[in-house]
Amino acid sequence: MEFHMIHLMPFAELDLDYDKKYNSAWVTLPNSYYDPAKGAKLYNRYMDELVYADALGFDGVCCNEHHQNAYGLMPIPGVIAGALARETKRCRIAVLGRALPLLTYPLSVAEEYAMLDNISNGRLIAGFVRGIGAEYHSTGVNPAESHDRFHEAHDLILQAWTKPGPSVYEGKYYHFDYVNTWPRPVQQPHPPIWIPSQGSRETIEWSAHPTRKYTYLQTFSPVAQLKRFMGLYSEQCEKYGYQVQPQQLGWATPIYVSDTDEAAVREARPHIEAFYNKFLRMPMEMLLPPGYLSLASLASVGDKARAAAARPNALTVEYVMEQGMFICGSADTVAQKLEHHQKEVGYGKIIAMMQFGTLPHDLTKRSMELFARKVMPKIRHIGANSAPVVVEAAE
Amino acid sequence: MSEPKETYETVAGCKVHVLRGGKGAPLLFLHGGRGAGIWLPFFKSLAEKYEVIVPEHPGFGRSDTPDWLDNVGDLANFYLSFIKQLGLKEINLVGTSLGGWIGADLAVRNSGALRTLTLVAPAGIHVNGVPKGDLFLWNPEQTVRNLFADEKLQEFALKQVPDEDERKRQMKNALTLAKVGWQPRLYDPNLRKWLHRIDRPTLVIWGDSDKLIPPAYGPAYRDLIPGSKLEIIKACGHVPHIEKTAECVALVSKFIEGAK
Repeated sequence: MEFHMIHLMPFAELDLDYDKKYNSAWVTLPNSYYDPAKGAKLYNRYMDELVYADALGFDGVCCNEHHQNAYGLMPIPGVIAGALARETKRCRIAVLGRALPLLTYPLSVAEEYAMLDNISNGRLIAGFVRGIGAEYHSTGVNPAESHDRFHEAHDLILQAWTKPGPSVYEGKYYHFDYVNTWPRPVQQPHPPIWIPSQGSRETIEWSAHPTRKYTYLQTFSPVAQLKRFMGLYSEQCEKYGYQVQPQQLGWATPIYVSDTDEAAVREARPHIEAFYNKFLRMPMEMLLPPGYLSLASLASVGDKARAAAARPNALTVEYVMEQGMFICGSADTVAQKLEHHQKEVGYGKIIAMMQFGTLPHDLTKRSMELFARKVMPKIRHIGANSAPVVVEAAE
Repeated sequence: MSEPKETYETVAGCKVHVLRGGKGAPLLFLHGGRGAGIWLPFFKSLAEKYEVIVPEHPGFGRSDTPDWLDNVGDLANFYLSFIKQLGLKEINLVGTSLGGWIGADLAVRNSGALRTLTLVAPAGIHVNGVPKGDLFLWNPEQTVRNLFADEKLQEFALKQVPDEDERKRQMKNALTLAKVGWQPRLYDPNLRKWLHRIDRPTLVIWGDSDKLIPPAYGPAYRDLIPGSKLEIIKACGHVPHIEKTAECVALVSKFIEGAK
C-alpha cells in the first residue's frame, strides 16, 4: 500500500454563516470573505503540514487546482508544488491535477510539470483533471467542450514529453506548429499519470486503456460508489484483456485518527461537518453545468445527484462515516476499515486528506502522526502489485 | 383550424423534427433555447393567415445532434440549406431568443429568401455594462420566475411536471444551448459588425420586464439594423409569444401586412 497525503488548503477561517446570505462557497461567494492576513498564515501552516508528511514517511504529498472558492486555495497548484519540490527531499509530489480544458495554452502544463520534475529530480506525479462544474462558471470555458478539450490537451502534453521536438499538433481546439517543450521531464518517458475522477464512464474507459493504464483515483465518494466505479474499472481492464493491478487504483478520502473512536468522532465532528456542509456546498446548476457530463452519464449521475439532494441537508459525522465518506476512529479502527475496504475494492493507494474543513493544526498534526506511526505499518503490506504494469505502445 | 402536420426533414445529414400548419405565405419560426416541441397558441393564431413552419433546431428536442454543430453560424447555414431544400420563398421569419440570433445571423449571410424578419428578444449581441441574466446558474424555479413577468403564469408553469421523455429533451436542449451559447455568453462578437447588411423589413419585439436579456438590448438591436422598428410589450418577460400571445400575434401580423 502506498500512502499519500492530499491537502485542499481550504480557507478555514471562513465565516461559516456565509450560507445565510449565499448559496455556495464557490463562484459567487464574495472574495471579501477572504482575509489575506489569516490566509497568509494558513498557506504557510498547510505547507508545513505537507512537509511534515514527508518527515513522517508518507510516500507522497498532493495538491490540486480549484478556482474562486473557499474550499481550496490553490488556483495555481504549481506554486505549492514548486515550494514542496525544494522543501521535501524524499517523497513524491503529486499535482492532482491541472484542469486541462480550462486552458487555451495547455503546453504550459507540459512545461510546468517538466520543471517540477526537474527541480524535484524525478519525484513528480502528473495529475490531469477536467475541473469540477463550478470551474466552468468561473472561467467561462464551455462545459460542452470539456471532454474533447481534455483529450486533446492530454494528447498534446504527452506528445510534448515523448515526441522529439519540434513537432506539430493538429486538433480541433488546439493547434500548435511548434511543440518543442523545454525542459524535458527527468522521468522517462514521462512522469506517472494519475486521473482523479468522480466516476464518469468515459473517464474510466479512457484511463484504463492498454496504452495508458493510468492510476485512477476515486475522490471523496461514498464506499458504495467507490466499489461500483472501481469494479467498473476492473471490468474495463478485463475487457481490454488485462488484469487490473492494485497500484492502478487509489482512494482519496478524508481520514482522522485519535486515541479512541469516541475521541476521534468528538474532535472531528465540527470540522468534517463544515467540510461537507459549508465548503463543498453548491447547487446542482453550479456542480453540473449542461454538457459537463454526456447525456448518457447524466442519466446515471442524475440519479446519483437526486439521491444526494435527498440526503439530509446537514450531513452529520455519523452519516458520512456510515456512508464511508469519512474514515474516522482510533488507529486500530482506521486500519481495520481501510483493510476491509481494500479487500472488497482492491486499491493499492490511499490518498489521505488529513486536514479538512476547519480542522486546526494541532489536531491535524496529531492525526497525521497516529496515522503514520500506527496505521501505515499495519496495512503497508497489502495492496501490492502482483505483476508490473506494462503499458502498450500507442499506435 | 386543423392540427399541425408532424414531419421530419433531413438537411445537411441532420434529421430535424418539423411542425407545419395553416395556409398562406410561409412563416418560419425559429425557437429559443428551451425548444419547440408543441403547437403553441401563438402558432395556432398565426396559422389562420400563414403557413407556419416550426422546426426544432439540430441538437434540440426530437431532432438529431449532428457532428458539425458547434455554433450559431452552423445553425444559420443549416437553415439556409433547409430553406433551399424545402423550396421556401418570400419567407416571414420569426425568431425568438436563440432563434432570433440564428435569424439575424442568417439574414446577414443571405436574406434572398426572406420577405420580413421579426426578432423577439433575440440573443446574439452584447451591450457593455448591461449584464444578461445567468440562466445557467438559475435553478428550475428561478428559471420560470425569471422568464415570465406574470406571477399567475409563473405559478401555472411551475405546476407543469414534465414526463421522462420531456425531461430528457430538456437536458438535451440545455446541452445544445450551452454548446452554442456558453461563451461568449449568448452572443457572437462579430455579429454586430454586420447587422447593417440586413436589407429586409425588420421588427424587433421586447418585453419590458425581460430578466434574461434586458430591454436595453432592444434599442441596441434596432440601431444596428437599418430601418428596423422596435416594439416594447408591457408587463412581459423574455418569452412574449407565450406570455402575451395576442399582443404578439397582432404586432407580427400588422408588421407583415404593412411590410413593403
